[in-house]
Amino acid sequence: MKLEADALFEQAVETLIQDIHAQYGYDFSGYARASVYRRIRRFLGNKNLASIEELRKNLFQDSYFFENFLQEITVNVTEMFRDPTFFLALRENVMPILSTYPFIKIWDAGCSTGEELFSLAIILKEEGLLERTKIYATDINQKVLKQAKEGIFPLANMAAYTTAYYAAGGKTEFSSYYTSSYGSAKFDASLVKNVVFYPHNLATDSSFNEFHLILCRNVLIYFNRTLQERVFGLFDESLVSLGYLALGKKETLAMSQINGHYTCVDKSNRIYRKTT
Amino acid sequence: MKKEAKVIVIGGSWGGIKASQAILKQLPASYSIPIVMVLHRLRHFDGNLQIVFEKRVALQVTEVEEKEQLKPGYVYVAPSNYHVLLEKDQTFSLDVSELENYSRPAIDVTFTSAADAFGSNTVAILLSGASKDGSAGLKYIAERGGTVIVQDPQEAEVDTMPLAAIALVPGCQIMNSERIQAFLLSLHDH
Repeated sequence: MKLEADALFEQAVETLIQDIHAQYGYDFSGYARASVYRRIRRFLGNKNLASIEELRKNLFQDSYFFENFLQEITVNVTEMFRDPTFFLALRENVMPILSTYPFIKIWDAGCSTGEELFSLAIILKEEGLLERTKIYATDINQKVLKQAKEGIFPLANMAAYTTAYYAAGGKTEFSSYYTSSYGSAKFDASLVKNVVFYPHNLATDSSFNEFHLILCRNVLIYFNRTLQERVFGLFDESLVSLGYLALGKKETLAMSQINGHYTCVDKSNRIYRKTT
Repeated sequence: MKKEAKVIVIGGSWGGIKASQAILKQLPASYSIPIVMVLHRLRHFDGNLQIVFEKRVALQVTEVEEKEQLKPGYVYVAPSNYHVLLEKDQTFSLDVSELENYSRPAIDVTFTSAADAFGSNTVAILLSGASKDGSAGLKYIAERGGTVIVQDPQEAEVDTMPLAAIALVPGCQIMNSERIQAFLLSLHDH
């Protein structure tokens, strides 16, 4: 019976989550389950594994296999200038305020493979702020951080990114930011020379600095309400008074306990400002 | 276990907007079962399907917000560029992972998660469309005892989607939009 098999699968996932936490220290207990089930089923299919039992054996015997699993379970699909109106609002409404600080600190939380980070850096450069900005780019996954540092993206995506770049108020030739070879676009390393890359787990790690702007877009959708609340608390601790918090287009502070400390300054682009 | 419809999931692509409007327009504002709708559209089309539907149906039409609670009297529309999943606690999760069947939102993703969350209490309807998205999800729901309905290919503006589903899910019920409407009304507690 399918429903019984599903129940067993779901139980096995819970045990797996506990054991991963015990062995590797990654805590997935606060991840929204529907998405976890889907990622795991997908991973089982891609690796030709018949059951969670088989997956367990591989995961706990082979840390390299676990790294691979980690990358597949956490969603790393991203793009440059995703939601161009957001980047336009950032450029036109947030950057002028940030420019009043002598030194700017930004946290890109859950930066994944770096597409958003490079989009942000390009906007900072065009607004003349890149030289006095330090960006902390963090992710749970070391492998994607390495990719983010390299700034190499498929050349095939550049046409779409160029369109999005102009929609985000781009001021020059988009192609001036990268050199292309062998089907890849390598972005100018000077864009990320003031970026610190390091692993940070939103589920378990603490606040580590104070920022004027925190970007965390389309990361919280994978968390349950309890974990979201933890992360909001972390952001609240890490933002200066009058600092900005940018969420994904479908994410909201409205239901959170820190909502009272914030004003939504751009509802459609989900940009919040800390008021106290 | 007695079946009791707890959620209605509707999928469609080309011609699906029109067909779903025809089906939903007679449902009363007090309709007792939440409805979740996944309709393909152009990937970066930001125009709001909510507005397209609002004027034509009595139910409240809203775009899914993440972690929102499912409520009766609402039609929840999948936002552009996000997969929509249902959780056991009757809330929504959104997901921006890989396209499925060249689509995001993908009908299969929502259908599968609906069956995981609601089991045999899921009612799924697959409408007109020029894609094969939805068939696998419909099969998944049928295997868990849910109710699966496919729009009559003869009525559908594009029959690819219904025909793919009929081929994959032999037990599905084939209905035209008038019968689908009557069926949905029959599920409603007065």
